Amino acid sequence: MFTPHTSKDEQEMLDAIGVPSIHALLQKIPADLLYPKYNLPAALTEQQLTAHMHALAAKNKPLKNFIGAGAYSHFIPAAVPALSGRGEFLTAYTPYQAEASQGTLQTIYEFQSCMCALFDMDVATASHYDGATALAEAVLAAHRITGREEVIVSGLLHPHYKEVLDTYTRHSAIRLTEAKPTSNGTLDVQALKNQISQQTACVVISTPNFLGYVEQAKAISQLAHEQGALLVAQVNPMSLGVLQTPGSYDADFAVAEGQPLGNPVSFGGPGLGIMTAKKAYMRQLPGRMVGIAKDKNGRRAFVLTLQAREQHIRREKAASNICSNEAICALNAVIYLTLLGPQGLKEVASLNVERAHQLADRIHNIKGFNVLSGAPFFNEFVVFCPVPAAQVIEKLAAKGIAAGYDLGKTGEAMKNALLVCATELTTPQDIAAYASALEEI
Amino acid sequence: MENLLSIEKSQPGRRGIRFEKTVHAPEAYLPQDCLRTSAPRLPEMSEFDTVRHFTRLSQKNYSLDGQFYPLGSCTMKYNPKAYDVLSVLDAFANAHPFAPESAVQGTLQVMYELQEMLKEITGLSAFTLQPAAGAHGELTGILTVRAYHDARKDTARCEVIVPDTAHGTNPATANMAGYRVVNIQSADDGCVDKAALQAALSEKTAAVMLTIPNTVGLFEKDIREIADMVHKAGALLYMDGANFNALIGVCKPADFGVDVMHLNLHKTFAAPHGGGGPGSGPVGAAPHVAPFLPHPIVEKHDGKYTLNGQMPQSLGKMKAFYGNIAVCLRGYCYLRQFDAKTLKNIAEKAILNANYVRAKLKGKFDAFFDENCMHECVLFVKPDDMNGVHTADVAKRLLDYGFYAPTIYFPLIVPEALMIEPTETESKEMLDAFVGALEKIYDEIFTNPQLVHDAPHTQPVERIDEVSAARQPNLRW
Repeated sequence: MFTPHTSKDEQEMLDAIGVPSIHALLQKIPADLLYPKYNLPAALTEQQLTAHMHALAAKNKPLKNFIGAGAYSHFIPAAVPALSGRGEFLTAYTPYQAEASQGTLQTIYEFQSCMCALFDMDVATASHYDGATALAEAVLAAHRITGREEVIVSGLLHPHYKEVLDTYTRHSAIRLTEAKPTSNGTLDVQALKNQISQQTACVVISTPNFLGYVEQAKAISQLAHEQGALLVAQVNPMSLGVLQTPGSYDADFAVAEGQPLGNPVSFGGPGLGIMTAKKAYMRQLPGRMVGIAKDKNGRRAFVLTLQAREQHIRREKAASNICSNEAICALNAVIYLTLLGPQGLKEVASLNVERAHQLADRIHNIKGFNVLSGAPFFNEFVVFCPVPAAQVIEKLAAKGIAAGYDLGKTGEAMKNALLVCATELTTPQDIAAYASALEEI
Repeated sequence: MENLLSIEKSQPGRRGIRFEKTVHAPEAYLPQDCLRTSAPRLPEMSEFDTVRHFTRLSQKNYSLDGQFYPLGSCTMKYNPKAYDVLSVLDAFANAHPFAPESAVQGTLQVMYELQEMLKEITGLSAFTLQPAAGAHGELTGILTVRAYHDARKDTARCEVIVPDTAHGTNPATANMAGYRVVNIQSADDGCVDKAALQAALSEKTAAVMLTIPNTVGLFEKDIREIADMVHKAGALLYMDGANFNALIGVCKPADFGVDVMHLNLHKTFAAPHGGGGPGSGPVGAAPHVAPFLPHPIVEKHDGKYTLNGQMPQSLGKMKAFYGNIAVCLRGYCYLRQFDAKTLKNIAEKAILNANYVRAKLKGKFDAFFDENCMHECVLFVKPDDMNGVHTADVAKRLLDYGFYAPTIYFPLIVPEALMIEPTETESKEMLDAFVGALEKIYDEIFTNPQLVHDAPHTQPVERIDEVSAARQPNLRW
C-alpha cells in the first residue's frame, strides 16, 4: 500500500489529535461537496502496471529517425542516466536549504560553467523549461534592458518558438516583426539592415535556423549593435562543438534547447532551456542561478544567489514568475559534457556534420530530388521532392523510416519540401537505406 | 579533494567516451569563417572519474529517498521506483514529437487517458498537459482567462485579485500576463475575507486566484459563496492546485465553481522533484473556458489518438511541442495504480499526518491558527520567548537531526512560520521521530541556544554567507 498506516496507528493518531474519525477533520468542507462519484479505472498491481505500460510502449512503432526540427536523437552514454537517476538527485527538492543540498547546487554551478564555456558567454542560468520559453524570456529581458518595443524575429525561427514568443509577449508593449529569408535558406541581411532602427529592442536569430542553415551572425550582430539593439541568438548546443560561438559574434543573449546534450527526445519533453548572457545583464536574468560562497569557516560552498530578482521575494515585481528549473535535464547535460570533454564534443559534432553531408550528397544525386544549398548546414537540411513531402513521409514510414519534417506545414510554397536530419546515430547503412527508399518514389 | 570542481580534476588528454572517426574534418564540409576557433573549457575526465565525481556529489544531498522532507506546499511524497523504469521505456523515450501519429499511438494514448482521468478527478471539462511546471501552469491558466475575456470583447478587465496568503508565483504570474495585481488581506481565521474580496471585485477584475486548501492549510469553507461573488462580478475563479493532495478523491473543484486550475504532477501525482525539475503543471478548464487552452490537445476518433491543433480560439502555445511527457507518464502510472477509493485514502492519510504533527507539537511549537488543518499545518517560532532563536535556526538545526527543514517564512501572514506537510507516505514512527527532534530542539533553545543559532553542524558545509555571494557573484569557472 502507498500509505503505511496500520489500523492501530490510525487509532493512536486520532486519539492524539482528539477526534473520533478522519471525517471529523474534514468538517470545513460542505457536506454536499464531499465524496462525489468517480469514474476511474480499477487499480493495477505493479506487475499489472508493468505489463500495461509495456503494451502501450509496443503501440509506438520504432522508425529509423531522420526528423530533427527542434528535437534531436543522439547517443546517450550509459553513465548519464545511471548517475542522474540516483535517488539522491532525483528525489531531492529545490536546493533552498543549501547546507543539505550541496550536491545539486554544485552540479548546477558546473552546468552554468559548461554552458558559459560552450557558448563562449559570460553568465548562464540554472536552466529554463525549454528552448522556446528561454528565448521568450530573453526577449522580455531585452525589452526591459533597452526600454524599446520593437523585436525583429527571424522568419526562420522554429514555428513553435514563434508561437511561444507571441504568447509570452502578446500582453506586453512588445511588437514582433519578422525578418525575411532569401531563397538560400538564410536571412536577407540587406533587408534586415533597413529594418533595424533605433526603435529595435533586439534582433532574434536562429542559427542553425529552422531549415538547418547557418546564418551570417557576425554581420547581423554588427547591424543590430550599430542601432543600439541587442542580438538574441538561438542555437543548437551540439553544433557549438564545431560552429562559431555566440560569444564570437558578440551576442547579448544566447539561448538553446539543451535536449541534444544527453537527454532523450521523449516526444518533445522535458526539454532543457539554456539561457546565457553578457555579464552586464546578469541581474536582469530570469530564473535561478547558483554561485560560490563561503561558509562561516571559510570553506567553499554553493548557494542559490541573486534571489532578489525572483518571485518568492519580489512577488509581482519579479523578473519572471519562474519558480523551478529543469534540474535533472541540466544534470544530464553536464554529465554528458563531462564525459565528452572538448575533444569528444568536437568528435560527435564532426560526425553530425559528416553524416548529414553524406546524406545530402546521396539525396542530391537522386533524380527529381534537390538539396537546398548555398549556405552551410550542421546536421539538418532541406530537400525539395518531386511530390508533396507528406507523401514521401507516408511512403517511407511504411518502410520503417521517419523521413523528416513536412515543411508544407509552414506554408503552401513549401509543400514539396522536406526537412531532413542526420546525427551520429545515422549509420552509412541508414543513409543507403534512406536513399534507396527515395529512389523508389 | 572533497570540494573540487570537475574542472579542477581535469587532466589534459583524459576522456570518458570516444566516437567513431570521421573520414574528413568539418573544414571539408563547412567554410572556415563559420567554424569555432578555440575549444570550450570543459573538464577532461575518464568515465570512472566522472562516475565517482557525480556519485560523491549526490551523497552531499538530502533527498526524499534518504530523509523525511516535511516541506509545506511541496508534497514530498514517495516516488515509486516502478515509474522510474516505466516512464523511460525506449519506445517512449525515443518517440519523436514530429513522428507520424501512427508511430506514436502508445504515447498519445497515455496523454489522452491522463487528460481524461484528470478531468474526472477535478470535474473540469478539458485538460492541457503542455505546461512544464506549476508556475508555468499558472501562467497558462491566467492567459487562458485573458483569452476568454478578450474573445467576449470584455477587455476592460485589467486586474487579478490575489490574497496575501498566495504563493509568490501567483502575483508574479498575473503581472507576466499583463494584469495589475490587487492584493487582499486575509480574515482573522486565515481564510478569504469576503468583505475585502467584495470591495476589491469590480468590472475591472479578470480573475481571482485562490489556493485551495490555502497556504495556512485550511479549506475555504465559503468557497461556493466566494465563487458566486467572483462570477457575479464577471470574473473567473482560478484555483492554484499546488495543495490538491488534500482533496484528491475527496471533492471536485468544478463543484466549487472553479473555472480554471492547474495541478502539479510532481506533487500530487508522485513524480519526483528532481532537485528543481522537470515538473509538469497540467491546466484544466470548465466548458466555457476550455476552447481557449493551448493547442494541441489529444483527441480520440474511431479508436485512433490524434493531436488536435485545430482550436481556433486557443491562446496559442506555452512551450515547444506538447508538454513534459516523461513526467506525464509518471502521473499516468500513479493514476493507474490507484482507484478512487485509494486516492481518497491517500488524501485522508495526508490530512491525518498533518494533524498528528500539529497536535503532538502543541505547547512547544503552536499552530498559528489553532484548529484542525488539512494536509499541512503552519506552526511558528516566538523569538522573544525563545532566546532569540528564529525559524531559520530551528530549520537548520533539524538538518542535524537528519530531517530536511519545513518550508519557512511562508505564508507571509504568519511571522516566523514553519510550514509542515508530512504527506501520506510517512509512517507514524517517522512522524514520532520528527516530533521528537523538534522537542529536543525546543529544549536546546533554553539549555544551549548557541547550538541552535550556529546550526547546522553535521552537513558538508556550515552556515553560508549568502549576502556576500550575491554582492560579488561567482557564477562559473
